[in-house]
Amino acid sequence: MIAYLGRRLIQSALILLGVSLITFALLYLLPADPVRQIAGRSATPQTVENIRQQLGLDQPFIVQYWHYLTKLLSGDLGRSYIQRSEVTELIVSRLPASLLLMLGAILCELLIGLTMGLVAAVKRGTATDQTLMVASFVGVSAPQFVVGLLLLYVFAVRLGWFPIGGYGTWRHLVLPSLTMGILGAGWYARMMRSSMIDVLRQDYMRTARAKGLTRGAILFRHALPNAILPVIAMIGIDIGIFMGGIVVVESVFGWPGIGQLAWQAIQRVDIPIIMGVTLVSAFAIVLGNLLADIVAPFIDPRIKLR
Amino acid sequence: MRKFLASTVAASALALMLGMASARAEDTIDPNAKQGGAITITYKDDVATLDPAIGYDWQNWSMIKSLFDGLMDYEPGTTTLKPDLAESYEISPDGKTFTFKLRHGVKFHNGREMIADDVKYSLDRVTNPKTQSPGAGFFGSIKGYDDVAAGKAETLSGVTVVDPYTVKFELTRPDATFLHVMAINFSHVVPKEEVEKYGADFGKHPVGTGAFKLAEWTLGQRIVFERNADYWHKGLPHLDKITFEIGQEPIVALLRLQKGEIDVPGDGIPPAKFQEVMADPEQKARVVEGGQLHTGYVTMNTTMAPFDNVKVRQAVNMALNKARIIQIINGRAVPANQPLPPSMPGYDKEYKGYPYDVAKAKALLAEAGHPDGFETQLFVMNTDPNPRIAQAIQQDLAAIGIKASIQSLAQANVIAAGGDKAGAPMIWSGGMAWIADFPDPSNFYGPILGCAGAVPGGWNWSWYCNKDLDAKAAEADSIVDPAKAGERDKMWSGIYEKVMEDAPWAPVFNEQRFTMKSARMGGADNLYVDPVHIPINYDNVYVKDVQ
Repeated sequence: MIAYLGRRLIQSALILLGVSLITFALLYLLPADPVRQIAGRSATPQTVENIRQQLGLDQPFIVQYWHYLTKLLSGDLGRSYIQRSEVTELIVSRLPASLLLMLGAILCELLIGLTMGLVAAVKRGTATDQTLMVASFVGVSAPQFVVGLLLLYVFAVRLGWFPIGGYGTWRHLVLPSLTMGILGAGWYARMMRSSMIDVLRQDYMRTARAKGLTRGAILFRHALPNAILPVIAMIGIDIGIFMGGIVVVESVFGWPGIGQLAWQAIQRVDIPIIMGVTLVSAFAIVLGNLLADIVAPFIDPRIKLR
Repeated sequence: MRKFLASTVAASALALMLGMASARAEDTIDPNAKQGGAITITYKDDVATLDPAIGYDWQNWSMIKSLFDGLMDYEPGTTTLKPDLAESYEISPDGKTFTFKLRHGVKFHNGREMIADDVKYSLDRVTNPKTQSPGAGFFGSIKGYDDVAAGKAETLSGVTVVDPYTVKFELTRPDATFLHVMAINFSHVVPKEEVEKYGADFGKHPVGTGAFKLAEWTLGQRIVFERNADYWHKGLPHLDKITFEIGQEPIVALLRLQKGEIDVPGDGIPPAKFQEVMADPEQKARVVEGGQLHTGYVTMNTTMAPFDNVKVRQAVNMALNKARIIQIINGRAVPANQPLPPSMPGYDKEYKGYPYDVAKAKALLAEAGHPDGFETQLFVMNTDPNPRIAQAIQQDLAAIGIKASIQSLAQANVIAAGGDKAGAPMIWSGGMAWIADFPDPSNFYGPILGCAGAVPGGWNWSWYCNKDLDAKAAEADSIVDPAKAGERDKMWSGIYEKVMEDAPWAPVFNEQRFTMKSARMGGADNLYVDPVHIPINYDNVYVKDVQ
């Protein structure tokens, strides 16, 4: 276990290093010039050169990357080109909002997805099953931007149940969580359904039925715990999907998380922020996968860590 | 609209002729204004910084104007200059020395009195390359600027503190735009002790002399301004509190306005909702329309065949059906026939420009030796509505035989192509078009039509360089005497008419700004589409439902 963990940690560090190198290289190759963005259109060529020099952007790629890396190892993500603030401060101030949204989204997708999957499995082959599976398909394929605006329009503008965007109370959290959760719910419904069907076919299910247990007891005491575990183990992997989703969902709902920060930074070629958010996201994804892998054997004893 | 603009220009000329020596600021307070109350304004993008030396965004431009003051400012809602932190000023007969007398008793938000040393410090700071100010170039006419910009000096030799309430500027050349430069955000006065205390984070802890103080800044969420009770301009600001909510999509902001949750959507009416809003009388009543100092144009590379032939460029000018192009953006613009926008001093409303005349355009092309037209490329930025506008231009050109293929690229790539002499035969300027930094006719010439901009990496995408006009421009800008402002504006009108004879551009339209306000907001409409305090003049607006 320790050896496995050690190996995985080294792997994770290498992945993060790779992500930093690739992102840095891509941003370096970008045809847009961040210095021109900072300097504005009224800048003289001298101002442009001064700024380029001060930011070290006149240095060769490898020197720039080395500077970034050495600072990164001491925990310094640099200063934003546009906002001029510490990137760490900007990310830390926005991280709680994104984590909260992620929690809300996980709750939504599990609640909706598992329920749908369970019902579909039990009603397998019926119209209910088919309807639920079509719904899950729609959930998986609907663009989050559209879902978000639709939910906003119906539940906030028309019905007035929730505030129109913003941040602060649990009521603000509902619609963005739902928007993010619907995508995952579709996946979970499908996985839960097949996992449940699988379990229901098992011999011990037949035994349970033969013992004369009620239908409810069979489903909730014997089938559900077995079917749900492999599904739950997927949450760690979900983090990657969430990281993509928050950029869109946070923009639609005015949710002050790192997704919004990333989106604005991309538009303004604010390289230190883009790098910072990418690294934090990559870290979260690597960590999520690592946790999922470590937890897996506890959930399903057939899996062994090597 | 036209009437209002014309009267503004006239008023500005008049004010300039009167010499603007004394503080007339008190006159500008709206007698109907009520004191107190709080409003909420939304913006989509983060406020990057509130440091006047650095901020250059749509969101923070007028926020900074409310936190800080400069020596000069403009009459609310207009382009008319007036002294602000300065009480009066004097210009030497040669136009190279400006002496400002400062107002007494003006206090920074930290309680200390603002004096001449602060003015000098602020200008030394903004021009220092370490500050990385995007506005440093505006101060190029001050003596000693080159040394500071090159890092050879820490202080501008041309700025002298005569006494605590007098500051003198010596320039290397007469500069008629200098009073505007003293009104631009980058010249606003900051207290040294606070800048040194916060260092690079001063932009998050702004301390100025302005009408409002920063009360709260929750990164990415909310900025709250509080009335500065010690503001030197008695009677201002009217509001007690302004809350800026950040990160709100314009569509969401509009929905919230309709529900009465916010007072002004800072990013205006989203294009997709424009027709819906204008079709609903209740909503339309809350729409405010105003001009902005913007021109959208097609550049033709005058160094590339066949656009090196003036007849071809004139033909293109006659081929464009501007009214139809404006329909594409739901009529949110007025047709343009010259580089200057209508709200700019120097705009010639008598000038007729090139008519829309397909037959004449074809004839001109034939005269130029292209009776069957030719093939070319039209570069355009790839965000809506620009590609659609480019398609309309493409169709208009096709009608006279010019087959233009559209190169729809990211903004940075179009800018790069324009700055390359052999890069782009034609560019539609949308999304990158010139919005003036200050309301002066010279602002539309130098970098975009003058020889100085026709260099690799420059903004003169027509590569148009007329040395005679450059000389005329320099001559016009050396007319510093405010009494001759009318004469100077006329000279500029003449320069732009000459430009149009050579037709390096086909001006297409001047975008109008459309915004909305809640029913409780008071104050003249032009405060909500202020041409200088962009987008809103926060100091002068008020709410009607207090007391």
